[in-house]
Amino acid sequence: MELVSPYVSKPHPVTGVTNAKLGVWLFLASEVMLFGALFSTYIMLRTGAPAHPLGFDAETLKEAWAHGEHRSLWPAHGSQILDVRVATFNTMVLITSSITMVMAWASLEFNRSIAKFRMWMGLTILLGVAFLCVKYYEYGQKFHHHLYPKTSPYLAIYFTLTGLHVLHVIGGLVVNTYFLLPGSKMWKTEPEHFAGRIEVAGLYWHFVDLVWIFLFPVLYLL
Amino acid sequence: MTAHDVALDHPAHTPEEARRHVRTYIFVFVSLAILTVVTVAVASLHLPTWQAVTVALVIASVKGTLVASFFMHLLSEKSLIKFSLILTAVMFVFLLLIPVITTMNNKQY
Repeated sequence: MELVSPYVSKPHPVTGVTNAKLGVWLFLASEVMLFGALFSTYIMLRTGAPAHPLGFDAETLKEAWAHGEHRSLWPAHGSQILDVRVATFNTMVLITSSITMVMAWASLEFNRSIAKFRMWMGLTILLGVAFLCVKYYEYGQKFHHHLYPKTSPYLAIYFTLTGLHVLHVIGGLVVNTYFLLPGSKMWKTEPEHFAGRIEVAGLYWHFVDLVWIFLFPVLYLL
Repeated sequence: MTAHDVALDHPAHTPEEARRHVRTYIFVFVSLAILTVVTVAVASLHLPTWQAVTVALVIASVKGTLVASFFMHLLSEKSLIKFSLILTAVMFVFLLLIPVITTMNNKQY
């Protein structure tokens, strides 16, 4: 006889939700603490940095950094060092991937259509890959101008925050690709369980989008 | 396999319900897009630091609330989950504020 966990597809009487849903929300709460610690690092580094001297424009600052000078200075505005237009495009990419992800779940929940699910999930994955390509371009641009994590505290926290976020995007893409391809077999045998899995994967993906929604203004626009 | 063959354990949603949900998702998407444009536009005004920070974080919080409430279905979620998340939000604010408070004795303030 197969061992079946009782609260995989049916809500638990005490918690009111399935085990997976409770598990993922608790996981996301821990992730909030992880990114929260890095955000507070950003605040500490920024408030502790020497005041930006008048007359230091973007090019002078970048030149100074590339020569190892004035490394403790914080740029007057994120746009001096980072490309706002590229990051705005990336923000739209992630927001769009969030709606395609929720549509993937809706295709199972409302339309009961595995074909529609595959289309929406495929789009979500493509948009996630697009986000990574743009980040690859951005990082490449920094390295090309000799701006590395070790160059200044500003760049250190920029690369740490966005780098950790990129790792989370990659993790989400791995999970989503699994559900698009081999994992989707479960729809035939346990549709409720599979729909629950997609909902939970969606919760993680929306969280990755949510982190970027805060990262973008903090790093690029302030 | 048609849509009717697959039986989820709970009763099927009506097409009107489905359309309503999708309309909500599209509305949230458009709002998020507009708010992104607003965030970037406000940043180009180069407001003084504290005002810029407040505006940016308020807009980001509105966007975050939209994603959490509608895409993550938090509005209709069970109270245990909501309670855990409110606790998380409180702890998060705490986490951000404590280091800042400890340095407020320094002369630059």
